[in-house]
Amino acid sequence: MDKNLYKGVFVFAEQRHGQIQSVSLELLGKARDLAADLNEKVYAILLGHNVQQEAQQLIAHGADVVICADQPQLKDYLTEPYTQAMCQIIEAFRPDIMLIGATTMGRDLGPRVSARMSTGLTADCTKLEISDDKHLLMTRPAFGGNLMATIVCKEHKPQMSTVRPGVMQRLTPDTLREGEIHMFQPVFDESRFKVRLVKSVKEKNDKVDIAEARILVSCGRGIGNADGLELALQLARCMDAQVSGSRAVVDAGLVDHSQQVGQTGKTVRPDLYFAVGISGAIQHLAGMEESGYIVAINKDKFAPIFQVADLGIVGDAAPILKLLSERLKN
Amino acid sequence: MNIIVCIKQVPDTSEIRIDPVNGTLIRDGVPSIINPDDKAGLELALQLKDSHGAHVTVITMGPPQADRALREALAMGAHRAILLTDRKFAGADTLATSHTLAGALRKISYDLIITGRQAIDGDTAQVGPQIAEHLDLPQISYLEHLTFDGQKTITAKRAIEEGYEILETQTPCVVTVLSSAYKSRYMSVKGIIHAYAAEVECWGADLIEVKEEYLGLKGSPTRVHKAFSRGVKAAGELYELDTQEAVGMIVSKLKEKFIIN
Repeated sequence: MDKNLYKGVFVFAEQRHGQIQSVSLELLGKARDLAADLNEKVYAILLGHNVQQEAQQLIAHGADVVICADQPQLKDYLTEPYTQAMCQIIEAFRPDIMLIGATTMGRDLGPRVSARMSTGLTADCTKLEISDDKHLLMTRPAFGGNLMATIVCKEHKPQMSTVRPGVMQRLTPDTLREGEIHMFQPVFDESRFKVRLVKSVKEKNDKVDIAEARILVSCGRGIGNADGLELALQLARCMDAQVSGSRAVVDAGLVDHSQQVGQTGKTVRPDLYFAVGISGAIQHLAGMEESGYIVAINKDKFAPIFQVADLGIVGDAAPILKLLSERLKN
Repeated sequence: MNIIVCIKQVPDTSEIRIDPVNGTLIRDGVPSIINPDDKAGLELALQLKDSHGAHVTVITMGPPQADRALREALAMGAHRAILLTDRKFAGADTLATSHTLAGALRKISYDLIITGRQAIDGDTAQVGPQIAEHLDLPQISYLEHLTFDGQKTITAKRAIEEGYEILETQTPCVVTVLSSAYKSRYMSVKGIIHAYAAEVECWGADLIEVKEEYLGLKGSPTRVHKAFSRGVKAAGELYELDTQEAVGMIVSKLKEKFIIN
């Protein structure tokens, strides 16, 4: 393979029911940085049916070119039709870098595409940068977040990686930004379409086990009331995090018992634990002190939570949560 | 029905601690376990054994010590165990690992291949779909529940962010299972006694059907450029700041710690 033929930073623009997912917009933001370092262009790959009108949004968020395959076979996500479309686009356009959101869709599609293209894929990267010799340096946690590893894929193209939602930051959309839209017609081998979607069911998403969450926004008495909780939920959405709570908020009925952290609840060790308005009773600390990084926000500067926090902020939680969500959203 | 469950022996990452002095991983004394998602996959296979008389083979790639994970699976009720072990397999990334496993699977007859969604030491979720690709099989990942009609049809519930999907396919196929999907049974006393005496087949590169250039470090497109600990937990910092400054501080610390970019 002539590696020099592979150019451009490509982002898989994940859409569900016609809605571009935030992780893809975040990846476009990162792709712009990488493309600038490489002096290459940013491409978004948009697959679906009746989704062409979403292309402008991708351009506004940083794509120079949108490659759009708009076909009935791509209406709902299924592994094989999407893999065929992706691989044909890769063969036609030869990306240097391919970024995919580490969602249930991206983590199903990414490995299938990388195997078909015989290239490497680095999962759940938290940092992406270009080395002096113009390779992609992909940094990710390993061993349950206890170790960080920087991975390279020097001899194969595209250099592929997945990134979790909330890790990268999207650009402020520029609706005047101009870009090119390129319609692509995949040639499907339908004999390989062997999985049928019977139905897709939306559920209120409260089933995620807080013990498995990477990021927890945990609320204590200091959160106040349901309005305070809403601010915590908002921050959680920005970071692909889950909300948990201390016994006080569970007893107050604000948070479900299954989301309780502490001795009578669950022991958690996420990568990031926000303790919001939690004083830090010993029973609570026992359930979370092994977290990777602990940020505590509390009005009382003598609160015991500050003894285990890596970063302690003395102050009123509500305005901080609000502003932090806004910052992370942009 | 022939089922093959691909399992991995992993260090129990919840037991790993960071050395407070030099910031390195303390792996001594950390127990090895069957990866939780794989264990749920094994339970699914054993339930199909109970309900449909399926024949269950467990397979793993790893060092000779990985034999223990296979014996545990035998004690739980698996019929046959295969350990893929060879120096040529060493240093494999996910792609080379999936080629190795696929190479072995070509030598065994299967209707259903089960893997865990991901392993707790790497969290990549790649090997299952990559095996499916090498064997040209349909895949269903993030499986929460499976029903089998006794003929060829598999109906699966797949977890996604906003709920779930119901998908249908025919055997042969690959499914990757979530640890929460099936609660695994205990080893029976009879099973443990049997597992001690049972044969674990050891296969090297010469017994599998794959090009040698796809194996091990040589077959791995990705390389570890460097590995580093996140650092020792220092004494925390406490600030009294206004809202604007507080948010700025939080964002910069999270960037420094690679939690956000």
